[in-house]
Amino acid sequence: MNYLGAFIMAIISYTLINNVVLSRFYGICSFIGVGNKVKSSLCMGAAVSFVIIMAAAICWPLYNFLLVPAGVPFLDTIAAILVIACLVMIVGLVMKKFLPALYQSLGIYLPLITTNCAVLGVVSENIASKLDFGMAMANAIGTSAGFTLVIFLYACIRVRLEASATPKAFKGIPIALVVASIMAMAFMGLQGIGV
Amino acid sequence: MSKSNHKESFLAPIWKQNPLFVSLLGLCPALAVTKTLEAAFGMGLLFTFVLVCSNVLISALRKIIPEEVRTPSYIVVIATFVTLVKMLAEAFLPELYSTLGVFVSLLVVNCIVLGRAEAFASKNGVVDSLLDGIGNGIGYTLAICMIALIREVLGSGMLTFGGTFTFLADLNGGEKIRLFMLKGPGYDLSMSFFSSPAGGFLVLGIVLAIVAAVTNMKENKKKVDARLAAKKAKEEAAAKAAATSKEVAK
Repeated sequence: MNYLGAFIMAIISYTLINNVVLSRFYGICSFIGVGNKVKSSLCMGAAVSFVIIMAAAICWPLYNFLLVPAGVPFLDTIAAILVIACLVMIVGLVMKKFLPALYQSLGIYLPLITTNCAVLGVVSENIASKLDFGMAMANAIGTSAGFTLVIFLYACIRVRLEASATPKAFKGIPIALVVASIMAMAFMGLQGIGV
Repeated sequence: MSKSNHKESFLAPIWKQNPLFVSLLGLCPALAVTKTLEAAFGMGLLFTFVLVCSNVLISALRKIIPEEVRTPSYIVVIATFVTLVKMLAEAFLPELYSTLGVFVSLLVVNCIVLGRAEAFASKNGVVDSLLDGIGNGIGYTLAICMIALIREVLGSGMLTFGGTFTFLADLNGGEKIRLFMLKGPGYDLSMSFFSSPAGGFLVLGIVLAIVAAVTNMKENKKKVDARLAAKKAKEEAAAKAAATSKEVAK
């Protein structure tokens, strides 16, 4: 298979088969915290996707061309978290200037992207499994697509869930986890796709 | 601070303010590393180390760190300790390190570590922060070990020791220690579903629901008790009033 084919297959694999929330368990907090409005879930997905892709694109050369030649590869986590924090700040500032309405609607979720494990998870995974730049970007793109897809689906389910009678003990996060379990079962069915 | 406060900051997070069951923080590792009991215990150990160190250092520096750059400074402190833990784990417990994988790095963005720094260590003294760190560490470790116990027993039918902490296997003459529970010669009641991600979500959801149910029950009991007491007091007051009015009539 040529490289482009492998690239596309990797994106599909990271989006559906190794889904970021449902099988790699990154970003559960934001998945459960935001997922009650369909529109804001899409905005959140877009913002997280932007940060994941940018962070992966910056951290890969930073690690391979700066930290490794300088002999300090163990600083990867610190460097990555600083890059992510700066990116989130820049996204916030740009949005405030050019898209004030969206900035208002995302509110407190925006700074929380820094502590979204999906972002640091992708960067650390790229470094730990020594992926090349193309595959690292495939991981980033696939993960962001998977994250957006899952929080969108979950928000749609949540709208119905709030209107239905839930046992008192299951209200809130427990029922959210049960829903996530059923979604994960559905995604397990996709494991048959040969990649 | 008084002695009872020290005790409170140590004991409260173990059950009453448990970071996982009550505050619902740190869900990602609670799902990702709870396939086996050993991995969960190892994660709890590393987590406790990072939390205690960062709590102590942040509490010691709380008067030096300026208000405006608080959060970035905390993240850098935590990231430093996580790097330290990563190197120690890679050197001394390589199997644990490879089992936990990226989730050791992800301790940097763990909501509990950052949350304790923000909510407790930045406002309290070093001793209290140390005790709070240890208490939260124990509380979280117990919580994830409980989930891992359920998942490993239901998922594989047995408990295996020595896969992650290899020195246990060495002590046992190179063999892994296996405790068969739902599995044995001729029968196998294990369901591999519980080892899969979907099973993890389900177990955590049900455990949290049980905790919520117990809390609700306690609260209801308190309310009923209060209502009964109020009713009793009312009746007594009425009886007294009746008695006095009778006397007046006499």
